[in-house]
Amino acid sequence: MNLLQSARVEWVILIPLVAAGILAILPGYRLTARLNVAATLLTLLAALSLLFAPHPAPGPYLFVDDLNVVFIALNTFVGFTTSVFSATYVSHELKIGRLTPTYLRFYHAMYQLLMCAMNVALVANNIGLMWVAVECATLTTVLMVGIYRTHEALEAAWKYFILGSVGIALALFGTILVYVAAQPVIGEGLDAMVWTKLVTQAAQFDPALLNVAFIFLLLGYGTKVGLAPLHAWLPDAHAEGPTPISAVLSGLLLNVALYAVLRFKMLMAANAAAVAPGPLMVTMGLVSLIFAAFMLYRRRDIKRLFAYSSIEHMGIITFAFGMGGPLANFAGLLHMTMHSLTKSGIFFAVGHVAHAKGTQRIADIGGLTETHPWLGWSLVAGVVAIAGLPPLGIFMSEFLMVSSTFARAPLLAILLVFGLLVAFGALVLRLNGIAFGEPRGHNHPVKASYVPQFAHLALVLAAGLYLPPQLVAWFQHVSQLLG
Amino acid sequence: MPNLAFDTAHLFAGGLVLASFMLLYQDRLTSLLNVYAVHALVLALAVAWQADIQNAPHLYVTAALAFGFKAIIIPLALRRIIERLGIHREIETVVGIGPTMLAGMALVALSMVVMLRVTTAAAPLAREDLAFALAVVLLGLLIMVTRRNAVSQVVGFMSLENGLILAAAGAKGMPLVVEISVAFSILIAFIVIGIFLFRIRERFDSVDLAALDQFRGERR
Repeated sequence: MNLLQSARVEWVILIPLVAAGILAILPGYRLTARLNVAATLLTLLAALSLLFAPHPAPGPYLFVDDLNVVFIALNTFVGFTTSVFSATYVSHELKIGRLTPTYLRFYHAMYQLLMCAMNVALVANNIGLMWVAVECATLTTVLMVGIYRTHEALEAAWKYFILGSVGIALALFGTILVYVAAQPVIGEGLDAMVWTKLVTQAAQFDPALLNVAFIFLLLGYGTKVGLAPLHAWLPDAHAEGPTPISAVLSGLLLNVALYAVLRFKMLMAANAAAVAPGPLMVTMGLVSLIFAAFMLYRRRDIKRLFAYSSIEHMGIITFAFGMGGPLANFAGLLHMTMHSLTKSGIFFAVGHVAHAKGTQRIADIGGLTETHPWLGWSLVAGVVAIAGLPPLGIFMSEFLMVSSTFARAPLLAILLVFGLLVAFGALVLRLNGIAFGEPRGHNHPVKASYVPQFAHLALVLAAGLYLPPQLVAWFQHVSQLLG
Repeated sequence: MPNLAFDTAHLFAGGLVLASFMLLYQDRLTSLLNVYAVHALVLALAVAWQADIQNAPHLYVTAALAFGFKAIIIPLALRRIIERLGIHREIETVVGIGPTMLAGMALVALSMVVMLRVTTAAAPLAREDLAFALAVVLLGLLIMVTRRNAVSQVVGFMSLENGLILAAAGAKGMPLVVEISVAFSILIAFIVIGIFLFRIRERFDSVDLAALDQFRGERR
């Protein structure tokens, strides 16, 4: 109990930071891959201790509340399983010569820095610090996307870089406007950027200024979420980087950006005279969902396929949080958790598939369930989950979302269901070609660790069958916070 | 002279908008870089003036950073890059100069209308500064979309970022401005090194983004 009471928020930042420093200088991939796993495991333990300990009083820079602790737990858990997957993945990449030992050292250091930056963004109580952390996370992922140094990888990294930079520049302008709005009420200095102070006094802020600020913040952080008109960087960045990075991008970084949007949405909601942020988010979410659902049909690259599926799901989650209310927020939180687990699990499988077949082209991948039964069927299970079939967790959250939307805005619910069905069709069509039928393409034997992806799928299945009442009560509490 | 502080701040912020307009119509990369150096110099003056009138010595760090890093080192580095790449020829703009200037004027008008209307409660100094800063940000975006060349897009991004630093410096007593300007400088250093590395490794035949875009969409 003593240990729990001493749980400190700094650990989730310090552990990855120190690990990054150590991994940057240590040679030898076996050792560093293991150390990488150990560091993410320690971070996960630190995050879990936050979960069970009473929250410390919010400081001017860091704080923990019931909302961000959900994100931190999810972030560190997927970070840990991805590092386990990454250990087998990078050993194969070294063998085929796509990565050299020097680049691998760099890769591990960047992985830990990314975890550190994401955790800082999640526990930041200061909107300026949050911005700096999101920027750092962007930089580290840009470097990792370009790590193969092929023409395509560099171009993807460049595109991501420019679009991401413009996005965070807009977010900074929004952050400055929030400060300008807060300054007459709270006073000059650090306090006017501390989120917990902002939200208690937001009712007295100038609503017009807040409105403009929110538009910049939504566009800025929305670029990082991958919402529809601003998504162009996302498929390239997912397809050309190492697969563990695709898993972390999809499963975690998009969530971090969404978390930033949610924080500012709560700020807006605290001011009655400001424009309601909900409809803006609903619109962007629906546009992303329907656009991405149609784009799924034209994909020829397996990682791009699932990258577009991430855009689709981020659209769904943004839609749910935009609708607001306890039920939709609950569905949004559940969907976010399930999507992170399922999508990173799928990317683990896809990484092994790309190794087994030596390609990412969908046309060259076929009959996986015959040639690699374990891999093939786990991919099938993942795609069935992400397409939203019962009895898996995503079905639960989508069902909740559709039913709550039907009760409040039937027209929007029809659009939502339409988007879901279109995406479902595309995924089933592609899955059929990849997993069943005549085996096509190369058939290298694959030495893979299936533990991470089965762990994710098992959790998603368990959540679909039975949600523990404690978890439900907790998510309900967080949904009320979100308003 | 009670209004000297205000008028001078106004002058520098207006000068930054003017420099953004000058960036819009440069059709040679070398002159674009020269104007960008002027842009950064005006920013350094504006931030230093804000540091003086707000009694905020930490802003001098930001001003010094703007002067040393953005007005001297970055333009020199980019100039070396374009010389080595042999691309000091004309900039291929997507839209002609005339329509671009008109669009720029419309954007400045838009930012005045939006910012002056919503900031009626804020102090007049911060108000004007924000309006000018938004104009610089929007003009920076315009430069980015009207240029095809990677180097001139980066110049557009850097001018956009100068607008953000102006806004942050103008918001009285805003914390973390120095940290943010340092974070941005790191970002820009990365971009510049990125351009350089792309070329050194000879992965691209050109820094013209239209040529890089061959990969857009799918691998076939």
